[in-house]
Amino acid sequence: MYPEHLHYTREHEWARIENGRVRVGITQFAAERLSDVVFIELPAPGSTVKQLQPFGVIESVKAVSDLYAPVSGTVAEVNPVLAERPELINKDPYGDGWMLVVELSNPAELQELMSADEYRRLIGDGEA
Amino acid sequence: MAQGDFPLLVERSAPGRIGAAVPQSDVPEVPLEQILPSAQLRGGPPPLPEVSEPDLVRHYTQLSQRNYAVDIGFYPLGSCTMKYNPKINEDAARLPGFARLHPYAPDALAQGALRLLSELETALAEISGMDGMTFQPAAGAHGELTALLMIRTYFADRGEARTRVIVPDSAHGTNPASARMCGYDVVQVRSDARGNIDADVLRQVADERAAALMLTNPNTLGLFEERITEVEEIMHGCGAQIYLDGANFNAVLGITRPGDQGFDVMHMNLHKTFSTPHGGGGPGAGPVAVKSHLLPYLPVPVVVREGERFRLDYDRPQSIGKIRSFYGNFGVLVRAYTYIRTFGPLLRQIAEAAVLNANYLLALLRPAFDLPYDRHCMHEFVLAGTRQQREHGVTTRDMAKRLLDYGYHAPTIYFPLIVEEAMMIEPTETESRETIEAFARGLLAIAEECRTNPDVVRSAPHTTVVSRLDEVTAARRPDLHWPIADY
Repeated sequence: MYPEHLHYTREHEWARIENGRVRVGITQFAAERLSDVVFIELPAPGSTVKQLQPFGVIESVKAVSDLYAPVSGTVAEVNPVLAERPELINKDPYGDGWMLVVELSNPAELQELMSADEYRRLIGDGEA
Repeated sequence: MAQGDFPLLVERSAPGRIGAAVPQSDVPEVPLEQILPSAQLRGGPPPLPEVSEPDLVRHYTQLSQRNYAVDIGFYPLGSCTMKYNPKINEDAARLPGFARLHPYAPDALAQGALRLLSELETALAEISGMDGMTFQPAAGAHGELTALLMIRTYFADRGEARTRVIVPDSAHGTNPASARMCGYDVVQVRSDARGNIDADVLRQVADERAAALMLTNPNTLGLFEERITEVEEIMHGCGAQIYLDGANFNAVLGITRPGDQGFDVMHMNLHKTFSTPHGGGGPGAGPVAVKSHLLPYLPVPVVVREGERFRLDYDRPQSIGKIRSFYGNFGVLVRAYTYIRTFGPLLRQIAEAAVLNANYLLALLRPAFDLPYDRHCMHEFVLAGTRQQREHGVTTRDMAKRLLDYGYHAPTIYFPLIVEEAMMIEPTETESRETIEAFARGLLAIAEECRTNPDVVRSAPHTTVVSRLDEVTAARRPDLHWPIADY
């Protein structure tokens, strides 16, 4: 449920390193807690995001939450499908439900993120 | 009562049918092309439904019969104070001197209305222990913003750069939202095991960066803040202002005064505590009352009494300006004034009966539900449906839907956020013992159904015009218009 090769934030986002870029989404825990996602607001490509600052908004039938950037940098790609099919975030949070690809501005920031083990402890997951 | 489905206006439409005849024009007609650019003219008439007046009236009356209202039945919507609104309030608001008064009428022709505002201010100042107020805010959250704008200007005048507003985790969501709207950073303080704001945590964040604490008392758990005196000392000790979210003023009318508890500024929801119709978006009134040090910052105009004459005063250089057109929702103010004058010195009985009713209903219900903060409540209480969810897989949402089958409006659910499967119930003072007992029997029967027949609860409601809606599809793919080509 919480892949080992990902980095995690306290706010339930994941980050995957891909050739110096970082792909971003929310964890399965967050997707389940939100329940059915109905709307998502993401930044435009080219805009900048800052580590642990809000970069967007996610809305489910239960709640509206901010999305927090795991790293600082420039947005290189935005998942174009999510606006029409936000349910992908529930179906496949680590795959088709990805949100951003960020051009990392400070690789040292990755040290600030949690490992899968640390994240499982944060959410009190039994499999840790 | 309108049973089953009935046609939409577009479905009742017949070409050429009209609801009103316009008299023949007695001035020369000018072709539209001569006075409007051609790009702004439509090619033909708009495809509006064509119906007669009775068709129109029947359509909207049938729609209105699908509403639920406090004039129809019990409405235990926690935090919203859906008490019965006496009809004498309506009589007063419809007096032509009030209802037909033009908002630009000169002061000399509006003395009765200005006098009402002045007397309402005096009454509410006495009830709240504050020194003066503005009636402009149109609702509670608007009052929050108004108060924070005054606080910000007050500190700016003193040369203090305070950047934070503190709110407890039980707060109405509007509190942090208003603080952000006003440019403040929000610091959240958790509740302690008894449901109070945790004063020890508050002490750690109360410093020279704090502009204000926003506190609801009684809070959204329906509990009186037991450490309010300590909270007052902590906040004033660091030079911050204390704001009361007066949403729950109904519980303490005539018993304790926020001004005496140390609050510097507060809003009152006249549409709740002082009994004016609300729901479905208004109209409301959220006057903001202040202590004397904040009086110069009140929005303009304020009503000034000079002997037996009244006037509107705009000459207030430190005012934050106008925050709404004219003088607020004046019709609501007339109703609140009428309500206060009707009760006079008996206002205290409102709070006593509200608290008694809530504690009685709590006592009837508590054997069947979890009670996360086990204290005597004030005017409302928060149960948790955790037992039903754990043991029978039935959620609070399911039980709330099932209540509709029993003929009641559902309570507030999933608020406050700190209580899982929350069910927030406010019976109000206007309900009789029989009504409260009948409601309790209904909710207890539903708790029993969770055990014996959980599916009937999970699939509720069964007796309403429409049954359980597909909220996910409705939110993801909303169908918001009638396709014009279809008629």
